[in-house]
Amino acid sequence: MLSRTAESLYWASRYIERAESAARLLMVAYRMSLMPTAGDGHENEWASILAAAGVSQAFAATGQQPTAEAVTQYMIFDESNPSSIRNCIAAARENVRAARPSLTSDVWETLNSAYLQFLDLLQGPPARRDLFSMCEWTKASAAAVRGSFETTQLQDEGYDFFNLGCFIERADNTARLLDVKYYVLLPTIDMVGGGVDQYQWAALLRAVSARRAFHWAYKGDYSPEKIAHFLILNPICPRSLIHCCERIDHHLSRLGRAYGQRSLAGRLAAGMYGDLAENDVRRIVEDGLHEFLSDFIAQTRKLDEAVNRSYMFWGQ
Amino acid sequence: MSTKPVFFNEMYDGDAIRPAYAKVTKWFDDLGAETLALKKAEAEALFRRIGITFAVYGEGGSTERLIPFDLMPRVFTRSEWDRLERGVKQRSRALNAFLWDVYHRGEIVRSGRIPAELVYRNEAYEPAVVGINPALNIYSHIVGTDLVRTGPDEFYVLEDNCRTPSGVSYMLENREIMMRMCPELFRSARIAPVDSYPDLLRRTLHEVAPAKCEGEPTAVILTPGAFNSAYYEHSFLADQMGIDLVEGRDLFVDGDFVHMRTTRGPQRVDVIYRRIDDAFLDPLCFRPDSMLGVPGLMNVYRSGGVQICSAPGAGVADDKAIYTYVPDMVRFYLGEEPILKNVPTWRCGEADSFKYVMDHLPELVVKEVHGSGGYGMLVGPASTKAQIAEFAELIKKNPSNYIAQPTLALSTSPTFVDSGLAPRHVDLRPFCLVGKEVRLTPGGLTRVAMKEGSLVVNSSQGGGVKDTWIVAD
Repeated sequence: MLSRTAESLYWASRYIERAESAARLLMVAYRMSLMPTAGDGHENEWASILAAAGVSQAFAATGQQPTAEAVTQYMIFDESNPSSIRNCIAAARENVRAARPSLTSDVWETLNSAYLQFLDLLQGPPARRDLFSMCEWTKASAAAVRGSFETTQLQDEGYDFFNLGCFIERADNTARLLDVKYYVLLPTIDMVGGGVDQYQWAALLRAVSARRAFHWAYKGDYSPEKIAHFLILNPICPRSLIHCCERIDHHLSRLGRAYGQRSLAGRLAAGMYGDLAENDVRRIVEDGLHEFLSDFIAQTRKLDEAVNRSYMFWGQ
Repeated sequence: MSTKPVFFNEMYDGDAIRPAYAKVTKWFDDLGAETLALKKAEAEALFRRIGITFAVYGEGGSTERLIPFDLMPRVFTRSEWDRLERGVKQRSRALNAFLWDVYHRGEIVRSGRIPAELVYRNEAYEPAVVGINPALNIYSHIVGTDLVRTGPDEFYVLEDNCRTPSGVSYMLENREIMMRMCPELFRSARIAPVDSYPDLLRRTLHEVAPAKCEGEPTAVILTPGAFNSAYYEHSFLADQMGIDLVEGRDLFVDGDFVHMRTTRGPQRVDVIYRRIDDAFLDPLCFRPDSMLGVPGLMNVYRSGGVQICSAPGAGVADDKAIYTYVPDMVRFYLGEEPILKNVPTWRCGEADSFKYVMDHLPELVVKEVHGSGGYGMLVGPASTKAQIAEFAELIKKNPSNYIAQPTLALSTSPTFVDSGLAPRHVDLRPFCLVGKEVRLTPGGLTRVAMKEGSLVVNSSQGGGVKDTWIVAD
């Protein structure tokens, strides 16, 4: 497969995943803002979305306060924000267009329809562009693209590059989200399990669409340890770090087998997966959750670089 | 005062609807205006979703536009088509023979049939490929012949496109859309299928693999990139043929061969169906500022390491000044009488013709020799006195840059417009493939001038497209 095509597939799915993550974050903040007890807290909620998306500084440079309106506008529609849903969809479409012959027409048409719908929404009545509708629409569109990919795409190397992008992006997103909220999960002396904490925990799970799943998996009350375990080390949670690493390792191994040699990226991914598999949540919290997450984010960045180098995304 | 010309309407024989059009006309009649409007909207939504758009230059680069699609097909009978097919194939063979000749001994020039200056001083003549033998001695592997009709049996070739004719994706996609819009018609009318085109193109590309190619040839399409106006077509054809769509930066020359950068490392490329102009192919040989091409490509081509389709230099055969000699080529190389007629043409560079053209501008169509896309032309009967005077000055400045032709009474085909079905002028571009065999898919691209009375069918000038049907007599 052409390196440029592989790169386009990789980035197309990264952008789709990124758009979906942004939508989930916004939904959580939206729910928080509806809480009567939220008080000043919900302002923080909007700021933490920016932090989790890695655009706090860029937003600050616009000179705005992180109000509900400003953050919503910035994260969904702003063309100056490279991670806005609008830019993610446009970038995903450009990448898919560049890799057009290696994707089925189902995948292309699904994404192209989404892009055209977004343009229609921009021009249509403002009432159809409220936060809730836009987030629902983004999630549905991302699911439709991924669904048509899973059901129609050849399971060849392009399949692996597309999925690699998706899971590397997702691992990065989950780690960032946890890092923004890590203090919520730390045991504190005055912790009484009051309503605010309950709500914060639920919000964290909601942000990865895993609140109900958590209850299925743990059959009980929230506890910081259980939540950390669920989102970091539980392989059945589709957004947990370990699940993402397992999928990354899986796709890089498939590529290794197809190409007859294991790549640098493959070795790194196997290492990350192995480390997580042997880790234990108590140790992570004791050694410092924030340090653990910072280190994981740095490793993900290295992995992205290794994928680039191993498959010649940067030319010879 | 000139009399208004009478145009041949392809749907009628006198007052009666011709049998070829009977079924489709009845079908649309039965449909009713409301359903028809729905179908039209549905077809447009499909085009948009599939992404069959073209970029319009001069509007900010990346503007994506839909080409107007007319639901009413243009219909030929099999016997009409058979004659066209023979004519188009004959012409394609002659053009290729001409190309081989002018890059070798130049017999046709030596025999005095074509002035040397017209060939060797031509901007499209490529000295860099003199003496090279492309595989099977073929230069133009895909020939798009633009045809117009003026009567039941009167066809004229308007121009030949020997470099990289575009529009074949419309031939294929228009058919897909029509099959979705009116499946009943396809079940009952016997309409020749066009969907073998991508397979035939791939076969053609494989047949012209260079001698140095080992095993199954690797063919690719070379595109200028996603911002090119015809990018949809490039990606569509690559997809249909199951070959890679590459940009210049994906290719590099190493030793005697061209390779593409893949995730497995370099892979050799044997045949390049390029959709970029000669000038951009190789910055070491042609334009040094080209970012679209591949440095060193021409050296590999010269030494037989890769086949470029169409071959560099093929443009000299479709030049508008050379065009006038194509019937002579048919006689000279094939020893046959041309089946298709040329439009009578005056070369303004010749003194007698120049005088005639200047005296008759209001009746003539004047074109730039190297122009394309409907730009830089004068349609005399549709122009004001001021416009004609302005154009006359342009011709005087550089007469040999212009040719003139009579305004043909272009046939019309019924077309859906706001007020219902109305005659609009059409042309036709079939796509002829030249490999070990000469192949022609039964169909083509029918372009239609959507404005009443307009003779300009180019998409850049608001022209639309129709599906083209070949039905059993």
